[in-house]
Amino acid sequence: MNPGSKCRTCRQPAIIDLPRHNANFCAEHFLELCRRQVVKAIEHWKLLERDDKILVAVSGGKDSLAVWDLLIELGYQADGLYVGLGIGDYSDVSGDYARRFAADRGLKLIEISLRGEYGYDIPTAAKATRRVPCSACGLSKRHLFDKAALDGGYTALVTGHNLDDEAAVLLGNTMRWEIDYLARQLPKLEARDGFPKKVKPLVRLTERETAAWCVVRGIDYLVDECPIAAGNKHLGYKATLNAMEAESSGSKAAFYLNFVERMAPLLAGHLKDDREALRECEQCGSPTSGDVCAFCRLVATASAHERVPVELIMRGRR
Amino acid sequence: MQVHLRNPTRVLEIEGRRKVHALLTELGLNRESHLVIRNGTLVPGDGELDATDVIEIRPVISGGA
Repeated sequence: MNPGSKCRTCRQPAIIDLPRHNANFCAEHFLELCRRQVVKAIEHWKLLERDDKILVAVSGGKDSLAVWDLLIELGYQADGLYVGLGIGDYSDVSGDYARRFAADRGLKLIEISLRGEYGYDIPTAAKATRRVPCSACGLSKRHLFDKAALDGGYTALVTGHNLDDEAAVLLGNTMRWEIDYLARQLPKLEARDGFPKKVKPLVRLTERETAAWCVVRGIDYLVDECPIAAGNKHLGYKATLNAMEAESSGSKAAFYLNFVERMAPLLAGHLKDDREALRECEQCGSPTSGDVCAFCRLVATASAHERVPVELIMRGRR
Repeated sequence: MQVHLRNPTRVLEIEGRRKVHALLTELGLNRESHLVIRNGTLVPGDGELDATDVIEIRPVISGGA
């Protein structure tokens, strides 16, 4: 071990360098830093109450398992929700990681299978609707997360979005001046008719930190990336931000956290108050601006389509 | 040292000792988007890697949003 690499807190050998904190940390004090950042987010933005009944959207990846682990460690009651997306072997393996995490800790994991319960999978939905796969995936997950939270009587839906995720989305929305999307890019969206409260407790942690949390805590997660996400715009924005971060540590945190503190309040008046315009979907009862919601339209089109193997979608995206 | 990489999965043999940040620079990898792991333990940027070490360089970037 290099004698120069010491923990900022205890001076014991460090296991990680965090340039944005201008410090190195040992395992114990790195975990403490992560806990502190999550508690700070929860308290500052009033994300969760102690008596919230929490549903964590779990993918089997580092962020969702880290946030579930952190919330349980911090004393919250939290169940998991895994949606089987049918993305070939990737989905089979990701489900195994989520199940193993829950089983090892005696936690409740709710499972939904797109193919089993709705008759389609993401590759088929992308082909049938001519949507970008990530768009079909996002629409499906948002609908099913909301529905599962409301059906299960959960008072908070937690996702594992981290600082890198939020900064990348912020960059994309800013590049296009998507004012309505910018106005709602907050760590918490309050519950309203047909929607549960949605919170993101990891927004003060980078994804390098959430991955390190998992390594230090011995959490086995799916490291491999979704095969059909490769090359998407979101990853391009992350690469751009990380190039900036390499030149100026703390850039990502300043970009996102200062947006939330300084810019988002100025945009609050731009939040579309579409509550009056929303009505119940004729088929599933979810909030929608039309007669039938986007999810039900997706199900109708995708479930009627011949099954599409994930390899076909991957070839089309190369 | 033996260096295990992903996306695509491959193994590189690197001659001699290196500091972690030097190895990442040499491979053209951003330290903000990777962790370096030796025997299941993280190694910080100025950590020294021996010629006989077996190293995993793990990407930490996820594509969903």
